[in-house]
Amino acid sequence: MAHGPQPGLSRWLYTTNHKDIGTMYLWFSFAMFLLGGCMALVIRAELFEPGLQIVQPEFFNQMTTMHGLIMVFGAVMPAFVGLANWMIPMMIGAPDMALPRMNNWSFWILPFAFAMLVSTLFMDGGAPNFGWTFYAPLSTEYAPPSVTFFIFAIHIMGASSIMGAINIIATILNMRAPGMTLMKMPLFVWTWLITAYLLIAVMPVLAGVVTMMLMDIHFGTSFFSAAGGGDPVLFQHVFWFFGHPEVYIMILPAFGIVSAIIPTFARKPLFGYSSMVYATASIAFLSFIVWAHHMFTVGMPIAGELFFMYATMLIAVPTGVKVFNWVTTMFRGSMTFETPMLFAVAFVILFTIGGFSGLMLSIAPADFQYHDTYFVVAHFHYVLVPGAIFSITAAVYYWLPKWTGNMYNETMGKVHFWLSFIGLNVTFFPMHFVGLAGMPRRIPDYALQFADFNQIASVGAFLFGASQLVFLFNVIRTIQGGKKATDEVWENPEGLEWTVASPAPYHTFSTPPAVR
Amino acid sequence: MATESSYYVPEQSRLPIFATIGLFMIAFGAANWINGGSAYIFFAGSLAMAAVLWFWFSAVIRENMAGLNSDQLKRSYVWGMGWFIFSEVMFFAAFFGALYYIRTFALPWLGGEGDRGTSNMLWEGFENNWPLMVTPDAAAHGDAAKIVGPKDIIDPWHLPLLNTIILLASSFTVHVAHVYLKKNKRKAFNIWLTATVALGFTFLYFQAVEYYEAYVHLGLTLESGIYGTTFFMLTGFHGAHVTLGTIMLLIMLLRSVIAQHFKPDDHFGFEAASWYWHFVDVVWVALFIFVYVLGG
Repeated sequence: MAHGPQPGLSRWLYTTNHKDIGTMYLWFSFAMFLLGGCMALVIRAELFEPGLQIVQPEFFNQMTTMHGLIMVFGAVMPAFVGLANWMIPMMIGAPDMALPRMNNWSFWILPFAFAMLVSTLFMDGGAPNFGWTFYAPLSTEYAPPSVTFFIFAIHIMGASSIMGAINIIATILNMRAPGMTLMKMPLFVWTWLITAYLLIAVMPVLAGVVTMMLMDIHFGTSFFSAAGGGDPVLFQHVFWFFGHPEVYIMILPAFGIVSAIIPTFARKPLFGYSSMVYATASIAFLSFIVWAHHMFTVGMPIAGELFFMYATMLIAVPTGVKVFNWVTTMFRGSMTFETPMLFAVAFVILFTIGGFSGLMLSIAPADFQYHDTYFVVAHFHYVLVPGAIFSITAAVYYWLPKWTGNMYNETMGKVHFWLSFIGLNVTFFPMHFVGLAGMPRRIPDYALQFADFNQIASVGAFLFGASQLVFLFNVIRTIQGGKKATDEVWENPEGLEWTVASPAPYHTFSTPPAVR
Repeated sequence: MATESSYYVPEQSRLPIFATIGLFMIAFGAANWINGGSAYIFFAGSLAMAAVLWFWFSAVIRENMAGLNSDQLKRSYVWGMGWFIFSEVMFFAAFFGALYYIRTFALPWLGGEGDRGTSNMLWEGFENNWPLMVTPDAAAHGDAAKIVGPKDIIDPWHLPLLNTIILLASSFTVHVAHVYLKKNKRKAFNIWLTATVALGFTFLYFQAVEYYEAYVHLGLTLESGIYGTTFFMLTGFHGAHVTLGTIMLLIMLLRSVIAQHFKPDDHFGFEAASWYWHFVDVVWVALFIFVYVLGG
């Protein structure tokens, strides 16, 4: 226990240390973010002008599919698990994660799973080309042979997520320091606890749906084939029963991060802590009964349309509670705008925009116009980029001094923020307009009248992509050196993680701290 | 090293990376095999995985016997197993959900009912029935159909009923074994656990007989439309879980007989296996009701 890290590569291969594993998750996630981002840039380059310039439609489809899969399963989810690994034991005063060897296993599955997924690009018939939602029968009867590898890659990613979630639940429920009651836990811990339950409930359903695909493709079953009495719409129901909670898996931990950062830089305690906890739980519950709002145009009975429409609108209530609490925390605070705070404030504003466009999409009759257009693309990129990605970025800036012992370069951080903020709005805001005007998603070509907005979006995308290199550079410089951080790092931040040294020692809280 | 107040964090371990390689070879090898390649990678991966699990569980048992595991750490294993079983419940839920979506919505619409009944025009003459003996393909295309229904289905009141009794009895015997273990009656524990394992194998034997009957005499296969699909996928995944559960209990039996493992107050390995067994039993009861009785 008293040992420091082992030298060399074996430290990372054999580690059982939550900080090492957290670091590996975060670097893996960043690598996938760049890879998925490059695929997005291929898409935006092709869409710079109408007509076909750079890639063939077949390859374009592979890019949209792989971009979605890599960003969801490779960038956003592992980043949150990495933050959970680093921060949860330090926030609750535990010596490590509850099951440290399984923790390492959960991580190492991911590079192998993604190697398998990305290798499909080089297989005969190409990579999966049916969109990240892989609707049957496009993903079954009409799929390239590489779909089998895609299915098994999803299976082992799911195993990794389930093990990670079990570990997080066991850690939070079993390893809190004495006195750390549930309602004293930081919100990041709370949101992750609820996220872990979502993961355990829906990742097996994802495994189920890809298993059905595998059986239909190779073993003659009829799940998604009407000829045998099955139904392609069944695929969509099972997929979205996984898929809707999945989008909350990608945003609830972000709520936790922002709820940690805003009080620190507003120099006020978080407004409405317990309502935040209940709102998170309500959102998680509602996420299980709204899935068919992704399927309004598929042909559901009117009762289904109405139920899923109203249930979806209900989500705006707990989400509104959260936004209200963040704004109220800032109200009359002594605010300063260091880089993490800039990203957190941008999160509150831009995530709310994404929430409003979600509310528009939830109206079933209106959705018939929006469905499968760029309006949908604009909506979910507004909740995922300034939502999930900005919160992860904010978290990295916020806790990087604790991890490395050095302060990051504030000027470079602000440059990164403003370039990202401008880049993402230039990219995604015009998509609302072309979507409302009827431009369909996942098509490599478009009608001439959409050209102006698409060119603006493409310029923004390259700006956003390039600005992430500033981030990478800043993080590497901070790891190498820089102004020493104090143990508290910020002015009176709340939480046990600020009571240990900066950089955090290899083992923290080997004996549990006292929590008042 | 470990007292009640400190949590045992294991040293560096090679197990996870080898487990990853084993799992990757299983996944990649299975995809390769199914796509027409060789099966060697899959089987090599399975062997590697079995070896890793052997060493991994040995390490955990050794640590526990060395007294490294505090009560708090043992609770982590309890939470871990509990939520693992919950994830399995959700896996089965996906397939039960599929069965009931098909029966409640998809087939009536294909048969011409309600707003969505127009889809019947694609499959003229199709009538909704459950069990689905005539598929839409067979109804519309007669002899030219590619997917035809089964000739007959399994009667719930013969082998399935017997299997229900066998599995319920095995849940009882494993519970009795547990009671004797807590009273430190090793011999009785071994006998009742042997009975449980024997019942598990008997169940699997009858299930194999039933599958043989279905494939050879009833024309009921994975490929005989949605009835065969849901029937074999649900009972098949259940059978796979019974196989795994039986192996788990068999290993517990061997640990008890050969190595004298388990103490009256410290036997979570056995308890976890018995939880898994009860879970498999509950799934069977659901299968018996929803697939066999209400599906027949």
